[in-house]
Amino acid sequence: MSLLSTLVSQVINGLQSGSIYALVALGYSMVYGIILLLNFAHGDIIMVGAYAAWMCMVNFHLHPVVSILVAILASTLLGVIIEKVAYAPLRSAPRLSLLITAIGVSFLLENGAQLIFGAGAKDMSASMAMFTTGPSITLGSATLSFPALLTIVVSLISMAALTFLVQKTKLGKAMRAVSEDMGAAQLMGISLNSTISFTFMLGSALAGIGAILYLCAYPQVNPTMGSMLGLKAFVAAVLGGIGSIPGAMVGGFVIGLAEALVSAVGLSVWKDGVVFAILIVVLLVKPSGLLGHSTTEKV
Amino acid sequence: MKKILALTLAAMMSLSLAACGGSTGGSSAAAADEGTASATSEAAAGGEGTAASGGSIKVGLMVTTTGENAMYGNAVKNGARLYIDQVNAAGGVNGKQIEVVEYDDKGDATEAVTNFNRMLDDGITAVIGAVLTGPTIALADETYNINMPQISASATAAGVTVIDPTDPESEIRTNVFRACFIDPFQGEKMAEYASERLSATTAAVIFENGNDYSVGLKDAFVAKCEELGIQVVATEAYSTGDVDFRAQLTNIAGQNPDVVFSPNYYEDDGMIITQAREVGVTGTFLGGDGWGSVKNYASAEDLEGSVYCSGYAPGSSDAVKQFESDYQAAYGEDIPNMFAPLGYDAAMLMLNAIQAAEEQGLEACTDEYYQAVIDAMAATNGLEGITGSYQFDEQNNPIKSAAIMRLEGGDEVFTELF
Repeated sequence: MSLLSTLVSQVINGLQSGSIYALVALGYSMVYGIILLLNFAHGDIIMVGAYAAWMCMVNFHLHPVVSILVAILASTLLGVIIEKVAYAPLRSAPRLSLLITAIGVSFLLENGAQLIFGAGAKDMSASMAMFTTGPSITLGSATLSFPALLTIVVSLISMAALTFLVQKTKLGKAMRAVSEDMGAAQLMGISLNSTISFTFMLGSALAGIGAILYLCAYPQVNPTMGSMLGLKAFVAAVLGGIGSIPGAMVGGFVIGLAEALVSAVGLSVWKDGVVFAILIVVLLVKPSGLLGHSTTEKV
Repeated sequence: MKKILALTLAAMMSLSLAACGGSTGGSSAAAADEGTASATSEAAAGGEGTAASGGSIKVGLMVTTTGENAMYGNAVKNGARLYIDQVNAAGGVNGKQIEVVEYDDKGDATEAVTNFNRMLDDGITAVIGAVLTGPTIALADETYNINMPQISASATAAGVTVIDPTDPESEIRTNVFRACFIDPFQGEKMAEYASERLSATTAAVIFENGNDYSVGLKDAFVAKCEELGIQVVATEAYSTGDVDFRAQLTNIAGQNPDVVFSPNYYEDDGMIITQAREVGVTGTFLGGDGWGSVKNYASAEDLEGSVYCSGYAPGSSDAVKQFESDYQAAYGEDIPNMFAPLGYDAAMLMLNAIQAAEEQGLEACTDEYYQAVIDAMAATNGLEGITGSYQFDEQNNPIKSAAIMRLEGGDEVFTELF
């Protein structure tokens, strides 16, 4: 294999993992944008979505398409329930309490899953086969495999749909209004509760889609699969500018590519280190991120 | 007031002394006729007197039966007890029944030492255990001081039998043995296999950075490859918890090696091999005993032809089949993992050595008796266990052949003892 085709392959690898990071980062960014909460349970919602898919496919032998819908529905419901039970009562509490609650919810979900499903990984390679075998594109001697293609395309479509929803629809307008000024939005007749719930619903549905794409790429489910994924997506969201939708996409792809290229030059041991170094550099140099708006705090 | 307090304390002290005295002469839970998986440590600690007559030999069994590593410890325990029960049913050793004094070390080194002291109070003459490397080394420090014979079924670190593994001149714990093979051994075996059976000339390695097991196997494999003239064209690492190996595997694919050594645990191995085939790695995959049950974690096509070495080959001989059905009869479940047969073999090696000491007419719990057991163990030559035939090297590690398992049509098939 020539150097060029190895490089092309590595870029494809990076785009594939990057598009999953991007989807997860979108969920982080949307929730942060609206209630300024870093929802650390977001990664674990993906985990629950993945377990839902596993239950449907392996235990109940449902059709894969039905299973996917159930998985997305399960994550969406879970996101809404978490918001209602854990975050809504704290809406007027200090932001730190909310953050600690989010970490608590994350632990609850991880350990709950471990209790119910056990600590070992569940394999889904057989059930996911229909999504991982398909036409692939050959670029020179590098191949863009079907799962990679599927992941990248589905991510891009989800992002486009989300952007449309936020920019062009009434609900999107309401979301933007709430994110700008909660009090003023309420005075204009926007229902705060339903808008926030809707945001969580969207974010969690994206997490559900993320879970399915994750399973296409890495067909194993385990209780802690969401934690590292969540952390890296968080880095992606910060890099792109937390609260910004295009920023989350760009951040996700940059993180994915950075990981692949670090490994490509033979420094695979340093992969995670590089990702978190990016976080530190961004926070030091440009805390508002690549595409974020720098806002001055009004005291 | 002070006087009353002092008096009460004194009374309590004398009481507790009396209790100690009671348990020293006392007993342990004899499991000779039980054969069940009940925890007997409480009974042993209680010092209730079923009394050791002259007709029994007490052997300590230090296992991890609770906590996250309980699945290994329980398997060792069941395996060891199965052998001891069989010996007792057949009349015991030299006409004496074997009494098992069992304690749970909870996977903790301090706990292992505390429990070992209790075992000594209970009057053991040899100890089987521990299960994990940490407690086993702590236990080995204790037994080495009094030269008591010890055998671990499962601790694979070099530091169990050698005090300082990094020093070639290091002192060796002559009294400590093990039934399993050590980490580097598997790496060397797989390099030899690649060279002799697969005629490989180039190899690549992908390993989990920071995992002693994985790194140990990798180092031994790479060193042996150099010795055998196999060129190691790529050495790639990943971190614990990683799920994406495509970048590293793309590098490996670029070198097109004959074999890829993946000395990791089965969940990772399954994912590695799936992604490797996806990015175009065509070489044969090799692995260590961490590969057991990998068949559930990748497709049959991707796995086809991969080879790993194991300490135990299910159903490979009549003796093994007999053991499997005995285990099923005793515990109502299949062999959970290779720790059960290793526990069985550890008990076999120990009782075999005790037999030799008994035949010399020595008295249990004496220095001469200990030495006789150790000498007999070290002199073991070709004793057939479930996991292979035993013989020990100068560092008390077993010299035995590895079972080569091949992935064929989605099954892990025993092919040969290599």
